[in-house]
Amino acid sequence: MTTASPLVEQTTVIKRRSPLVETWENLRKSWAGMLGLVLIILHLLIASTAYAWIPQDPLQMSAEIRSQAPSAEHLWGTDKLGRDVFSRSMVGGRVTIVVTLAAIILAVAWGGLLGIVLGLVGGLADELIMRIVDALLSIPWLLILLIIISVMGTEMWVQTLTFGFTYGILTIRIARAATLDFVTSEFVLAARARGERKWTIVLKELIPNVRDVLLVDGAMNWSWMLLGFTSLSFLGFGVVPPTPDWGFMIAKNREILSIQPWAVFGPVIMLGTLIIGINLFADAFAKALGLDRSQGAPV
Amino acid sequence: MTNCLVEVKNLAIGYHNQKGTLIHVLKGVDLQIKPGETLGLVGESGCGKSTLGQAMMGYLRSGSKVLEGSVDFAGNDMFVLTDRQLESIRGRQIALIPQNAGEALTPTLRVGKQIIEAIELNANLTGSAAENRMIELLAQVRLPHPEILEKRYPHELSGGQQQRVVVAMALAAEPDMLILDEPTTGLDVTTQAHILNLLRDIVSEMGTAMMYISHDLGVIARVSDRIALMYAGKIVEDTNASELFKSPAHPYTRGLLGSIPRLDLEGIPNSMTGQPPIPGTLPGCSFEPRCSSVSGICKSEIPSLVSIPGSLHQVRCHHWEQVIEKDFSQELLQVFQKIDHNTKDDPAIELHEVEISYHRPGFMDRIRSLPTPPATVSDITLSVKRGETLALVGESGSGKTTIVRTISGLLPAISGCVKFEECDLTVRIDKRPIELCRHVQLIFQNPDASLNPRHTVAEILDQPLKLYFPKMNREERRARQVELLERVRLDDRYRLRYPGQMSGGEKQRVAIARAFAADPEVVLCDEVTSALDVSVQAAVLELLADLQKERNTTYIFIAHDLAVVRAIADRVAVLYQGRLCEVGTVDEIYSPPYHPYTETLIGAVLVPDPEHEPKLLASDTPELAPPAQGCSFQRRCPYCLPEKCVDITPPWQYPAGEGRHKIRCHIPIEELSAGQEAAF
Repeated sequence: MTTASPLVEQTTVIKRRSPLVETWENLRKSWAGMLGLVLIILHLLIASTAYAWIPQDPLQMSAEIRSQAPSAEHLWGTDKLGRDVFSRSMVGGRVTIVVTLAAIILAVAWGGLLGIVLGLVGGLADELIMRIVDALLSIPWLLILLIIISVMGTEMWVQTLTFGFTYGILTIRIARAATLDFVTSEFVLAARARGERKWTIVLKELIPNVRDVLLVDGAMNWSWMLLGFTSLSFLGFGVVPPTPDWGFMIAKNREILSIQPWAVFGPVIMLGTLIIGINLFADAFAKALGLDRSQGAPV
Repeated sequence: MTNCLVEVKNLAIGYHNQKGTLIHVLKGVDLQIKPGETLGLVGESGCGKSTLGQAMMGYLRSGSKVLEGSVDFAGNDMFVLTDRQLESIRGRQIALIPQNAGEALTPTLRVGKQIIEAIELNANLTGSAAENRMIELLAQVRLPHPEILEKRYPHELSGGQQQRVVVAMALAAEPDMLILDEPTTGLDVTTQAHILNLLRDIVSEMGTAMMYISHDLGVIARVSDRIALMYAGKIVEDTNASELFKSPAHPYTRGLLGSIPRLDLEGIPNSMTGQPPIPGTLPGCSFEPRCSSVSGICKSEIPSLVSIPGSLHQVRCHHWEQVIEKDFSQELLQVFQKIDHNTKDDPAIELHEVEISYHRPGFMDRIRSLPTPPATVSDITLSVKRGETLALVGESGSGKTTIVRTISGLLPAISGCVKFEECDLTVRIDKRPIELCRHVQLIFQNPDASLNPRHTVAEILDQPLKLYFPKMNREERRARQVELLERVRLDDRYRLRYPGQMSGGEKQRVAIARAFAADPEVVLCDEVTSALDVSVQAAVLELLADLQKERNTTYIFIAHDLAVVRAIADRVAVLYQGRLCEVGTVDEIYSPPYHPYTETLIGAVLVPDPEHEPKLLASDTPELAPPAQGCSFQRRCPYCLPEKCVDITPPWQYPAGEGRHKIRCHIPIEELSAGQEAAF
């Protein structure tokens, strides 16, 4: 029994997989997630290339073909100004997608970072800023958006900053809550005991752990933001006419909904599929990352 | 064997993993338990002990299924019964006592109510009859003042009391069989000894059969008539307790027994390398890769469970005859090895009258000038020499971790001074110069929590290197990582693994490597082995001792297990409620005269020997705060002198002829040692 232990323990062969690869493999198994991903990619492709292949000029008005039902020439019919609904729906998401995508990245970046720092630092700064966040969250979000945009104007960069700011406030809470799970954990304590600086702890120890939560939350928020931007557009604070836009198209054809509903079908179908796609993907993504705790089966 | 209560026949349980391959958890398990028999089930983690225990109750974890065989309980095949029929058996005839009592109780119900629920469900009593039975049960598990305790919520009870409540619930219907899944793991030594005594008494009073699952052979020896060892989903040895501890016939049993640190043997026990394979993956004996006496037949042929002629001893080994020939008590003496290291005379860490408190008076408290509660840790004066290992010992809540946090700068002391060589350590970690941070490193109890799950081993080891040696370039750091891994006996392929892909022992070695990456002078070890299996614990202790020998590092080692302390420490400081009770070398601490608290702790240590009976002196009622004045141990001390101990802080007493050994007690040394020598 006095065998000397070998100098180096033999390794059993473990297939080396980075968490990213593992997540992808889990995601691939979920048909809902893949459907969502396909929908998102399809939308991005349509938005970026639509002008090259749409059958009609989306801005071309024509008195003769006003309010037509769907036909071979006008796939989804025409609106009351005689514009092709199909072509308008295809290009109508360009501004929406660009603004919301830029804004959600902005929101996750600043909200996430501030939330993590607040979670780590704690104390008075945390208390103060979180109460401000609470106060801001108690005002209806549409009102905040409307106030800022009506004061600052409807340029794209203003909208991006406004949406990024407003939704970042929501992200602060999520990031802070996720951080609090880790600040008391021993690996953060170990880093502090080593004498690491706060910034290193945020970058090296906390961000890799909070990242998943932020990504899933960002994806979910993106779909909310799309609805938010469309609502704003519906109210006339979105894009500048005559640029086609889903929310604006719905608003303009609202009055004639009962006599020619197809004029709103186009933008609704496009918006709906994008939001469903994002939600399906975000859900499957959370499960693939292991954030969903309902799956308790042994691996 | 028809008079068996439980009969497990050729049981195999497994599940399909994500790729669809079948993974066995149990394979070919045969086990019988007679009415009133107590069986201990032992093995390392991942051997299938809990799965077998749950299978006996007809329960399978979701996703797994019975592949072969059957479980027969009192004439019922547990996997054929309907859910309704199972319900009538579970709780009434067979009851489970789980590992974590705190989690097993509902936090929003008073404990009395929860017990009544169990009584109404399983014992068909209602109203005041159920209430009377509940009080009776609480008294039976020896909880003081059952009428008061039943009104409490689970969080108002200590761990030991919670465990007793769970035992009371399991006993509600006077079941024929109890299954206990590591019920004392995670409790203090003294509490553990009390609970085990209680279980023993209950079993003998009520004639209940019991299966006790544990990885700790010391615990098993205390409660079982018969012991079965599990390895890789199979029973490898099955015999009565005294026989097993006297002449174990399986190399695995010998390995396990040899890896337990003992109070009476000096030095570090032998460690077992490797870990159990997945059942059914090896063509031959599943212990073959870790076994010291292997021959060709072990690699090719699966051994069967054979009975040793003339006894009930069963063993699953091709070479049991050779194994049993060697006298085990002699073999045991050889496996303990002392690793010498040099201790210098100059002190590395000095603490002088350190006082630490978690109490932060608020604004209103200060205005109302409320009295401050006694400090959590007070009057600590200790010095650790270079290259020495000082162990801090005490139950949970004794302030061990608090002291270590203060030394590492995470929690500032409110008064007193802490020094490393000539540098002041009283300041917080972020105010210390980086060179000073480098010299003092910390290793945590639980490697699962102390390694960032998102970092590979290379990244984990890179962090201290980048911090303390900013001049190192990428290649140098890489070379250093490999060297560090080699030092902790891990292959350099481990660099690219994530903590989730390693076993507990491997993770703890990475944590040790990370601490040593800084080239520290002092390493603070906070319960580094208590989350590990015994077989792995020995390896970690050996590694720490080797590293100390090479580098002449100073250790401050926190532990609650006195046998582990005996194996690694040079000097020991015994703490109770944040106050020092006794300080001395290992030999001085482990022989009379003792401080009454030390005596209590040593008395409660469980030894892997069924004849050994722990000596229970003080009660296991924990205290939440230290007393404001007098001796810290006054409320639990069996020899407390009311006229002195309550008011006056006891003086340090120095037993004659023993260098720096000191005991803080009012009772004269001669009196202490006279009583204790007679008792031991």
